[in-house]
Amino acid sequence: MTLPVIETIGAALPFDEMGEPENCRAQYQLIQRWMAEMPPELLGLKRREAELLFRRIGITFAVYSEGGDPERLIPFDIIPRVLDAAEWELVSRGLRQRVRALNEFLRDVYHGRQILRAGLIPPELVLHNAGFRPEMQDFEPAQGVYTHVAGIDLVRLGPRDFTVLEDNCRTPSGVSYMLENREAMMRLFPDLFARHRIASVSHYPEDLLETLQSVAPPNCAGEPRVALLTPGAYNSAYYEHSFLADEMGIEIVEGVDLFVDDNIVYMRTTEGPKRVDVIYRRIDDDFIDPLTFRPDSLLGTPGLFNAYRSGNVTLANGIGAGIADDKAIYRHVPAMIRFYLGEEPILHNVRTYSCGDREDLAYVLEHLAELVVKETHGSGGYGMLIGPQATREQLAAFADKLRASPGDYIAQPTLALSTCPTFVESGIAPRHVDLRPFVLVGKEIRVVPGGLTRVALRDGSLVVNSSQGGGTKDTWVLEG
Amino acid sequence: MRLHVRHQTSYRYDNPIAAAIQTLRLTPRSYDGLRIVQWRVWSDARRDFPVFVDGYGNLTHCHAVNQPHSSAVVFVEGEVETAATSGIVRGTPEPLPPLFFLRRTRLTEPDAAIETLARQIAPQGSALKQLHALLNAVRDRLDYLPGATDAATPAAAALAAGAGVCQDHAHLFISAARLLAIPARYIGGYLWTGMESREYQASHAWAEAFVHDLGWVGFDPANRICPTEAYIRTSVGLDYWSAAPVRGVRRGAAAESLSVAVQVTQAGGDQ
Amino acid sequence: MLSRTADGLYWLARHMERAENVARIVMVGHRMSSMARSLDNPGNEWHSTLLAAGCEPGFFAKHGEATAPLVIDYLVRDPDNPSSIFSCLETARRNARAVRTALTVDMWDALNETWYQARSSARFVAPSANLPELLEWVKERSLLFNGAYSNTMLRNDAYYFTRLGTFIERADNTARILDVKYHVLMPRHEAVGGALDYYHWQAILRSVSALRSYHWVYQDRLKPWQVAEFLILRPEMPRSLLSCYDQIIRTLEQLAEAYGGKRGECHRIAGELHARLRFGRIRDIFQSGLHEFLTDFVDRSVTLGDAISTLYLM
Repeated sequence: MTLPVIETIGAALPFDEMGEPENCRAQYQLIQRWMAEMPPELLGLKRREAELLFRRIGITFAVYSEGGDPERLIPFDIIPRVLDAAEWELVSRGLRQRVRALNEFLRDVYHGRQILRAGLIPPELVLHNAGFRPEMQDFEPAQGVYTHVAGIDLVRLGPRDFTVLEDNCRTPSGVSYMLENREAMMRLFPDLFARHRIASVSHYPEDLLETLQSVAPPNCAGEPRVALLTPGAYNSAYYEHSFLADEMGIEIVEGVDLFVDDNIVYMRTTEGPKRVDVIYRRIDDDFIDPLTFRPDSLLGTPGLFNAYRSGNVTLANGIGAGIADDKAIYRHVPAMIRFYLGEEPILHNVRTYSCGDREDLAYVLEHLAELVVKETHGSGGYGMLIGPQATREQLAAFADKLRASPGDYIAQPTLALSTCPTFVESGIAPRHVDLRPFVLVGKEIRVVPGGLTRVALRDGSLVVNSSQGGGTKDTWVLEG
Repeated sequence: MRLHVRHQTSYRYDNPIAAAIQTLRLTPRSYDGLRIVQWRVWSDARRDFPVFVDGYGNLTHCHAVNQPHSSAVVFVEGEVETAATSGIVRGTPEPLPPLFFLRRTRLTEPDAAIETLARQIAPQGSALKQLHALLNAVRDRLDYLPGATDAATPAAAALAAGAGVCQDHAHLFISAARLLAIPARYIGGYLWTGMESREYQASHAWAEAFVHDLGWVGFDPANRICPTEAYIRTSVGLDYWSAAPVRGVRRGAAAESLSVAVQVTQAGGDQ
Repeated sequence: MLSRTADGLYWLARHMERAENVARIVMVGHRMSSMARSLDNPGNEWHSTLLAAGCEPGFFAKHGEATAPLVIDYLVRDPDNPSSIFSCLETARRNARAVRTALTVDMWDALNETWYQARSSARFVAPSANLPELLEWVKERSLLFNGAYSNTMLRNDAYYFTRLGTFIERADNTARILDVKYHVLMPRHEAVGGALDYYHWQAILRSVSALRSYHWVYQDRLKPWQVAEFLILRPEMPRSLLSCYDQIIRTLEQLAEAYGGKRGECHRIAGELHARLRFGRIRDIFQSGLHEFLTDFVDRSVTLGDAISTLYLM
């Protein structure tokens, strides 16, 4: 193990994506003028209109654990975020590169494990990780694709510095917001669209369907039948599931709608059983098949994994893809890119300390007040510590947790996330944003220009998760 | 030694159930200590089942009945030629590396008592010596007592109870071996018990541990020996959970009554 | 379509219809008991209302005596009663959410808004306080839903399963409402055909919105066998058993056509029941007992529902 390079975190100012008022960046000039022309009352009116629109469309995001209205709305900010063609070209190239490497990694990790033999990743980190599914060993999914839909969470730290915060290789959600946000903006501000040339995102469902069809299993004869597998109407992302199924024109099924016979998957229809070839599944590995994984799962279909492993059905995303987006594996992604692709990473990584490593842990404990500490298996911003915002007691309590099970945590410096103009109570003000673009991997790789921009509505907040009170914005990619 | 296996599992339900599906790991794979003469798995509902190789290298059958039924019988019948290898297992398909088998699982999660056991074994010296000491230590601490535990009992609970069956012996052995940094795994299979009184069922479970220079070596703590030519190895996994000979899910509310009959005999004459 | 989706549509229609029907049954109970009170003749109207709604065992598992406020609360608001109006609306919405993609926007809006209002308004807090208004509201919401689906759904299998739900539930309900009369005890000094008896029949007709149409069809005063005939055998009466079965038969045939001629036991059962209604005579029914006829009919409806499930919904 090499000694971690100890860095002091500079109090750098966040990058303002619009630029100074007197020195507005080119892609924001029309937006700036538009904001200046628009009377504040009208802006408020438009926001209420947008809210109504969303309520009507029925976008909901249930956060049951918080109690309260289980169908509360995610706030939508009506000021778009704008990326120019050159910026997007960089991001898109970086995303393709990264997702190719992640897929190569998954294929390697479930076959010969060359990357472990090469000594680039500690073998225990993979082999003893809950995300590593031995059930997948030596299984080759159709087209060699494991993560068909990847959501890569990016933050921007400078004009050309796009940094990956987290990879999501299992069942990333949020794409419906990307699509609905665009739809809402076009309805609310048609004139703005007339004044810009904005790359379209509306073909995402078609791209997704083509991607899924392109990974039909080897044993599929004829036109593949695709279905979307949801945990059900009470899942927080159910709206997105039904929206996508609708847009793709495929059935949305629950575990009980499917059954397995002779290792072939069928769905129960009013006309009798119909064979299913590709399943876009939005159920986690653990719950997808009680015969192979958690036996107490009521959501899955028993026998599904056997059918998958027998080459009779494709699951997208594949089983076991979680090892690639594990927070402990994250720091090794640049090494993967170099190892598998022989390229230098285009997107940056955040410096990450593995608390399981003794020296890293010592550093983390010493600098806890400056760091963000995350659970390696947590998600949604729960169970994390934001050092600079924590009280002394919180820091001490967290330090105890760290010492008790260091292997469960990683730490990263707090980042100066870029800001975008956002409509808040006090008027228009800069707020921190991130970006989740969606990358589709089938026979080819496709990236829809843009993605879901999440914005921390509270001043100074760095948490942009929708489950923690963040909002969303429409994300524009200007055509060159 | 030529061994013949007949294994019949009958399920009965007090109400018809809508559907049932099972994963069966009941078929040996050839290796230095075993050659398959013939082997078949079938049921009263189906003549043959689809088969695939799982991530551990087990030959896995899937048996599905998708219409209402109130009984089902699964049959296994086969013949193998075994050879004594002093417990050393060579020539098996090994998709996963030994290091993987240090991974902890719920059923083999060590507690303080197992840690103490491992600490007592540690001074034995070489891994092989430790494992042989462990073989006896496990059996000393766990009386053979059917019914004291069930399929979901973790090693720690069995040790606390001081009793269990071959599955618990294997789990405890595996748990302690892993604490000693020796990769260990769970093996399911059949056992020819000859003419002796049948203390153990012919369906059996034991462990394998990875020893440098030797590779995988079998240990049967329930019988305090390394597997002989009387052992037929059919499944391998991290623990009972992943190596389960039979795992099933059914749809429908009914009480199940199960009867299992296993006969392992020496083929080609009485003895 | 997915069996579960068909099942969801079928049951969502049944629950909306049931909500309306329970409202109608409570309306009968309410009218009969007011009548009895005004004639200073308190009877067992609320008990018989429970019987008609099929909620008697559940109610007495929870309460000791069938008093007006308790029965009303149990039938209207109680979330523990799966057939209470509130439970029906909630179940309908839950089914709707699960099959959301199969619904038209108008259907969803009607259901969602109904549920939303039911949850947020004060109506359900103390149902006895504003009973007539509450029951009117339930009827309106159900009519809105029926209008929404009739006018916006594609005429395909999804529509047929929704309709099946509506009419199977409606037939069941009309039979139950008519049966209320059987359970209500007449005070000893009240003659059959007397004032109270008359008011009972009137309340029944009113509850199925058929008082005026009765007069229109029969041009006669209320006579028990004519009321029964109207609600069982007359094709013009849209809530009569025959009317409902006309629709059920037609819908099952449309399904068979849509699915390449595939028919099953449900087609046979429905055909048999339909024939009994189509060619039945009211005096034969009365001769062998109206209550027996209705009980038998409700049982057969259940068998039909099971057969539909077996063929399509499982």
